[in-house]
Amino acid sequence: MLYYDIVVIGGGPAGLAAAIEARKNGVKKILIIERDRELGGILQQCIHNGFGLHIFKEELTGPEYAERFIKELITMGIEYKLDTMALEVSDNKVITAMNSTDGILHIQAKAIILAMGCRERTRGAIRIPGTRPAGVLTAGTAQRFVNMEGYMVGKRIVILGSGDIGLIMARRLTLEGADVLAVAELMPYSGGLTRNIVQCLEDYNIPLYLNHTVVNIEGHDRVEAVTIAQVDNKLKSIKGTEKRFECDTLLLSVGLIPENELSKSAGIELDNVTGGPIVNESMETSVEGIFACGNAVHVHDLVDWVTEESKRAGSGAAKYIQGQIESDCKSIKLKGINGVRYVVPHQIRLDNIEQPVELMMRVDNIYKDIKLIIKMNGEVIKEVKRSHVAPGEMESIKLDLSKFTPGDSDGIFIEIVKEEV
Amino acid sequence: MYDITVIGAGVTGTFIARELSKYQLSVLLIDKENDVANGTTKANSAIVHAGFDATEGTLKAKLNVRGNELYEEICKELHVPFKRIGSLVIAFDKQEMETVHELFERGTKNGVPQMELLDKESVLKLENNLSEEIIGALYAKTAGIVGPWELAIALAENALENGVELLLNSPVTEIKKIVGGYCIAAGDRKIECKMIINCAGIHSDDINNLVNSASFEILPNRGEYNLFDKSVGNIVNTIVFRCPSEAGKGVVVMPTVHGNLLIGPTSEYVDSKASFDTTLEGLTSINEHTQHMLKQLSLQSVITSFTGLRAKTRTQDFIIEESKESLGFFNVAGIDSPGLTSAPAIAEYVIELVKRRIENIEIKHDFNPYRRPNIQFMELPDIEKAKLIEKDPSFGRIICRCEHITEGEIVDVIKRKAGARTLDGVKRRARPGSGRCQGGFCAPRVMEILAREQEIDITEVVKCGLDSYILTGKTK
Repeated sequence: MLYYDIVVIGGGPAGLAAAIEARKNGVKKILIIERDRELGGILQQCIHNGFGLHIFKEELTGPEYAERFIKELITMGIEYKLDTMALEVSDNKVITAMNSTDGILHIQAKAIILAMGCRERTRGAIRIPGTRPAGVLTAGTAQRFVNMEGYMVGKRIVILGSGDIGLIMARRLTLEGADVLAVAELMPYSGGLTRNIVQCLEDYNIPLYLNHTVVNIEGHDRVEAVTIAQVDNKLKSIKGTEKRFECDTLLLSVGLIPENELSKSAGIELDNVTGGPIVNESMETSVEGIFACGNAVHVHDLVDWVTEESKRAGSGAAKYIQGQIESDCKSIKLKGINGVRYVVPHQIRLDNIEQPVELMMRVDNIYKDIKLIIKMNGEVIKEVKRSHVAPGEMESIKLDLSKFTPGDSDGIFIEIVKEEV
Repeated sequence: MYDITVIGAGVTGTFIARELSKYQLSVLLIDKENDVANGTTKANSAIVHAGFDATEGTLKAKLNVRGNELYEEICKELHVPFKRIGSLVIAFDKQEMETVHELFERGTKNGVPQMELLDKESVLKLENNLSEEIIGALYAKTAGIVGPWELAIALAENALENGVELLLNSPVTEIKKIVGGYCIAAGDRKIECKMIINCAGIHSDDINNLVNSASFEILPNRGEYNLFDKSVGNIVNTIVFRCPSEAGKGVVVMPTVHGNLLIGPTSEYVDSKASFDTTLEGLTSINEHTQHMLKQLSLQSVITSFTGLRAKTRTQDFIIEESKESLGFFNVAGIDSPGLTSAPAIAEYVIELVKRRIENIEIKHDFNPYRRPNIQFMELPDIEKAKLIEKDPSFGRIICRCEHITEGEIVDVIKRKAGARTLDGVKRRARPGSGRCQGGFCAPRVMEILAREQEIDITEVVKCGLDSYILTGKTK
């Protein structure tokens, strides 16, 4: 059995920031377990720029952004194991892991930080009819092939889903000489950032078909054609609106799912909406001493916010093992209602917060000229105006709770209210 | 000149090839695809039926019950996953219950052991996730589930270990009668042999017609399925059939040998033998039927859907006979359900036909019925795991994150006889890519290993079929 103060599972942006922050808070023995061959996670295949605008106030590429953290981590002497798979996490904080040099590892940690990231939703999960040829792959897998392995995945490409990775890949594949024929999006709005719609599709004249989905895939060995069709307001395809594209590739960018198999093995309670663990102000999960952050908790669209959130997990875990966290104190639940799908954190223990608290949330549709209203004890305690909110863009609000006493409140509620003109 | 050529390396062809390898015969097994088990064997319900479906007196009835009996031992010899979990045929009303009674009687006539008629309470005790609206069921304890492609792959490997030769990528385009036998044009090869056993599945009529008149026709019939994540794999413990009625033809809900949940199939005659597509209508229909059978089923956990083609004939029975026009040419055709179950018995039956043509067929005394099991690293105790990693560090490297499959296991299935050559070939043997992410993370790594082990360029690695290339070249 190995012993560590904190074991961080995942060496992507979340795990790196959490480990560094824990060290800055005085924790000595920290270990990062990373299943890939290098640190940095998905950032290593994101060679486009736009990372770090909030944190570093400059535009970095994914690998550049990762490199800043990796350098700091190495300077601090934080230990990490690459090519190592965490197989199980128990609720008494023993991690079973494996690699080819150490064999099977059992590690007892005082605190664990889960930072496994997310995976892509696949073809099966969205049930596209048709054949099952080669040439149907997720945008992230294509990104790995193109940017890390140096291989092209197709010549004539249709993309289903307008998530950020799909949009980025539309541009990337065009620059590599492929014809991106269309991006089809099931919803009436894109799931990606507005800046990506402009810079990756509009700038390259790639048509975006909103309210469309793929209704057929043809080709026995390799994709030969893809048919898309318009959908009605129940998301059912409308006969007669089909458009057939002869192509050799269908990329899927149809959503990301937090990876929480390890969380489940530890018995951690998950949120049905986010797919990630239910967390408190310190990013602690329902199992004491196990923290979580980044895309394993909820899917972010900017890495800067993953970093911010993970720092909270890192300092939370540090305080936990230093006995500075108050677990028996007044706690208040947070809930998104009326257009707000979820809020992270899910609860706040008032004695543990440094004001103000950063609340992150997603809305369920596109809204214009609205207010996000935060209510407690039936009273509005904060409201912020937004001219435009969209499901693809995470909203964040800083909330100072020091002036309020929660009383017997049944929670803090956040909702969308139409602004009266 | 080979003694026998077996055309078609599905579960029927590989069973027959392995059966033939028990004798002093030179046998060639050929297939048009780049792997064994690439046709209907890879897309079916994976059920070893008890045997109450087929009409008494038919070949299907006879070979089903016999095949079922043979499964245990063969799967033990070859280390193929097989579980005798039993099956239920559930009825929702009186009329369906009558059918259930008929099936019970037919089963009794066919010689099916261990059947029982259950009332609602007993059914729900067995399967508490079934709909409360059911009124009873037929319970057949001898039904089981198997890994069909694992079985065919294991049979091919064992046959090869016992001297059978395998020729892949070789579609048969011509068969000529020559003195003492036949000359087959397959791919770029000409093969001479004394006898031919035609196990070409949905193409068995085409093969027959190369040398004989068209005595039968294969009518391809499409079956569509949905496969669910392991998280819902235990929603049923047995194979649960909906009683065949006008509302639907025997949709099934069942666990797979790997712990996933499988639902399907549809049944629809199609014009083309290339109709391997799933349809919105088909998948919706099986979803609705299944949701009716269960208290609850969330479609969110579907991980993939697939289509298989049944090789149906007008007679609805197996055609297993020597051609009347060509001595030594045996058709093994029309092997639709219960073909998988019957396959071991079909092999026995075919050997008897062959024996009539070859006098004094000699037994191979050094026939080895056993096959080294696939390494299932995660099933080993920790001490064994550690030892194996020390001996071969590639067992410490997990390639498939969802199913926890190591590099060592992948290399093993590539290096075996009748080993994996394609991405899907690796997936079928060692299961990387069959989990939640469906190969999103591991496909690039598996391709790397396939390229390295076969000493080919990574761009030459294909998914499944000959032309199923994955990469189109280098980036700029």
